[in-house]
Amino acid sequence: MSDSTAETIPAQDRPSRPVKLRLPWGLLLGLATIGGLIAIWALASALGWASPVFLPSPARVWAALNRVAFEGYANATLLAHMGASLWRVFAALFFTMLVGVPVGLIIATSRIGRGILDPLVEFIRPLPPLAYLPLIIIWCGIGEGSKVLVISIAMLAPIVISTVSGVKAANENQIRAARTFGATRAQLIREVMLPAALPSIFTGMRIALGAGWTTLVASELVAATRGLGYMIQSAAQFLVTDMVIAGILVISALATASEILLRWLERRFLPWIGKS
Amino acid sequence: MSVLSLSHVSLSYGQPSGTAALPVLKDVTLSLSRGDFVSVIGRSGSGKTSLMNLAAGFLRPTAGQVSIDGRPVTGPGPDRAVVFQDDALFPWRSVVDNVALPLKLAGKPRAEREATARHWLQAVDLAGQEGKHIWQLSGGQRQRVGIARALASGPDFLLMDEPLGALDAMTRDRMHELLLKLWDESHTGALLITHSVEEALFLSTSVVVLAPGPGRISFQEDYDYGRRFIRGEDPRALKSEPGFIAARERLLAAIYEKEAA
Repeated sequence: MSDSTAETIPAQDRPSRPVKLRLPWGLLLGLATIGGLIAIWALASALGWASPVFLPSPARVWAALNRVAFEGYANATLLAHMGASLWRVFAALFFTMLVGVPVGLIIATSRIGRGILDPLVEFIRPLPPLAYLPLIIIWCGIGEGSKVLVISIAMLAPIVISTVSGVKAANENQIRAARTFGATRAQLIREVMLPAALPSIFTGMRIALGAGWTTLVASELVAATRGLGYMIQSAAQFLVTDMVIAGILVISALATASEILLRWLERRFLPWIGKS
Repeated sequence: MSVLSLSHVSLSYGQPSGTAALPVLKDVTLSLSRGDFVSVIGRSGSGKTSLMNLAAGFLRPTAGQVSIDGRPVTGPGPDRAVVFQDDALFPWRSVVDNVALPLKLAGKPRAEREATARHWLQAVDLAGQEGKHIWQLSGGQRQRVGIARALASGPDFLLMDEPLGALDAMTRDRMHELLLKLWDESHTGALLITHSVEEALFLSTSVVVLAPGPGRISFQEDYDYGRRFIRGEDPRALKSEPGFIAARERLLAAIYEKEAA
């Protein structure tokens, strides 16, 4: 049996639509929005609509960014602050994955496990970080571990919930196929459910990272000497508004960069997403 | 000689309490030996797929027994491989790794499972496609990977649930010939669920017609067109024989029997 051409040409080799001049409209619109906001911002501070203490000009924020990058602010340079914050967020992501993915697998595959763990996750899920921060400090002290723990707690629910829904989305016949090959429960989880859940887990990681950056400032409220959250709070205490805004922009840039990294990892390691 | 048998099997869906159970199959008795090729046809709602799910062990009968050589079937197992209507392949594994999965689950060493997987991919005319991703294959190629994967586990029985339903007519014709070749080489007992009378007639040693509401066997007849094709006869000549056409009419009459009622 030889294949007809129609059967063997994979989708990506088929001739695509005639090439038109296609501009990346989404990207252009996004850039235009950001550019427009900066222009309004510059105009507002130039015309003196708001006092510089409330709204420093883009130029002053840029100067603050340069100051912290080269001379340092709040005991450390920008790089040291970024390093401390990045470490906390990604250490938290790592430990949360280590706990959250197995917890999600247990909830999705065991009725008893779901009975025990689901209420716990649902209890933790809506808690605001500032509410449990004092408790973590009383229990675990003011060390680095507490800061990572505070971020981890915020990341737990997205990871667990995305794992559960990923496993539940596994195709019934894929699971049946593995069962006809005599798969044990552990094999079924490792070879079918976990890989099937990976796309969803990746989405959970992206949401968790968002939650992590949100929680970062809270975690650096107490006894931090480094970190972007700490830097922002130090600046806020002295009404150094330009530094506050500079810190916010750096956090936003790091969050965007980690989102791009995750999307790249997704394309690189989960190329089947959306293709079957 | 293994025999998969359903004896006086009935199946109802529905909760034990509350709504009345919905009968799907009633008193079905069927046996499939290695070397047989049994097709089950019937209108939609006749319980064809439920019948296959019972044979595979995905469902347990409400009454009666499914057994292999007298031992009752309690669940799915590697002696009964299933080919699904939607290929049910694993897109995170390459073509060869999909076919090798049953052997990996059975704990076979890497070299052996690789060699076996390559052998079966060659048998389904997919040599050279081993490293590809599943989504790079056409529908017909995917079904062939599914069949190779089923046969790689070395089953006694090959259970197929409308595996060719989504393929175009020309691809189906070629798949029929391939299926017969594989069935002959693998010495399995094949159970094919289909809605194509011609497919059932050409491939099978025996065709079973299920009548709906609840599903029960209303007609069964044995044929030898598949075996004659394997012995070297021309498929188009076989399909245009008067006997073939008459048998097709008998089957169609059995399927549409009492439709007016």
